Amino acid sequence: MTSSKHSRSVEPARRLASAGDAAPSIREATAADLDQIIAIDAEITGLKKVDYWFEVFHRYGSRARQQRHFLVAESDGRIEGFILGEIRDWEFGEPPCGWVFGISVRPGARLGGIGTRLLDALCAGFKRAGVTKVMTLLARENTLVMSFFRAHGMMAAPFLALEREIE
Amino acid sequence: MKLQRSTSIALCSILEAAASPERLVPAPEIAEKYGVSPHHLAKVLQQLGRARLVVASRGVGGGYRFVGNPKRVTLLDVIEIFEDISARPAESGGKANATDVGRALARVLSEVDETARATFRSITISTMLKLVARTRPTG
Repeated sequence: MTSSKHSRSVEPARRLASAGDAAPSIREATAADLDQIIAIDAEITGLKKVDYWFEVFHRYGSRARQQRHFLVAESDGRIEGFILGEIRDWEFGEPPCGWVFGISVRPGARLGGIGTRLLDALCAGFKRAGVTKVMTLLARENTLVMSFFRAHGMMAAPFLALEREIE
Repeated sequence: MKLQRSTSIALCSILEAAASPERLVPAPEIAEKYGVSPHHLAKVLQQLGRARLVVASRGVGGGYRFVGNPKRVTLLDVIEIFEDISARPAESGGKANATDVGRALARVLSEVDETARATFRSITISTMLKLVARTRPTG
């Protein structure tokens, strides 16, 4: 799972959230949120991945492990965005740190700071667990999401993603 | 990765002006701070003006103001006014690129170029100003 798979864009958006909108609350995702999460992802990626999101919820939403987080931003009963991440120990040889695996904000709710609130909440969870670094991985072409993470102070990590066709 | 001199001057000028949106930044101030010739700086600022990223005000108290959207204008937007950092076309290597070694080398260089472009494309002027603040020595 990577940010690029889940989110084509976050804060950069087509319309400003209206000034009167109430700030959404950030909380752990529940099974009842899945329909809206699937709809948001489908709106952004063009693919409705029902089985995939139920599997993600099973792994991240049950809070079976305190190192995993699946958070949603809710406003007036409507899910406006979500984020998921996990603390991984010694991934790629790195000491325990938090990984952001996906972040998405409903296109009509962007530029209102929802992505920032979600990322801040996830990082706060990581920090409570004792880690002080957050990482993510995303497609080089995913400029909007990369710009979002850059705007939040993230710089290139000392890794390169490599691939090849398996013959 | 090394940017051309004009490109570097342009980036410094844009960041200086964007950092102080409440005032006009005098060209001599930029020239002095970054050690560039007033003549070279003037040419760069003229190009930035044509690209509608800065406007000039002449006379006493005059200077330059950044008029782009700092949350939208990226480093790549500025760089591409002055130079082309797109992936090198295969034929630019001449005869060498007709060889297996040349093609393999071009592929590696293209990978480096694409990474550089993605980096410049993802960093806005606003993000750069935050980075400038973070890297400022304390005390």
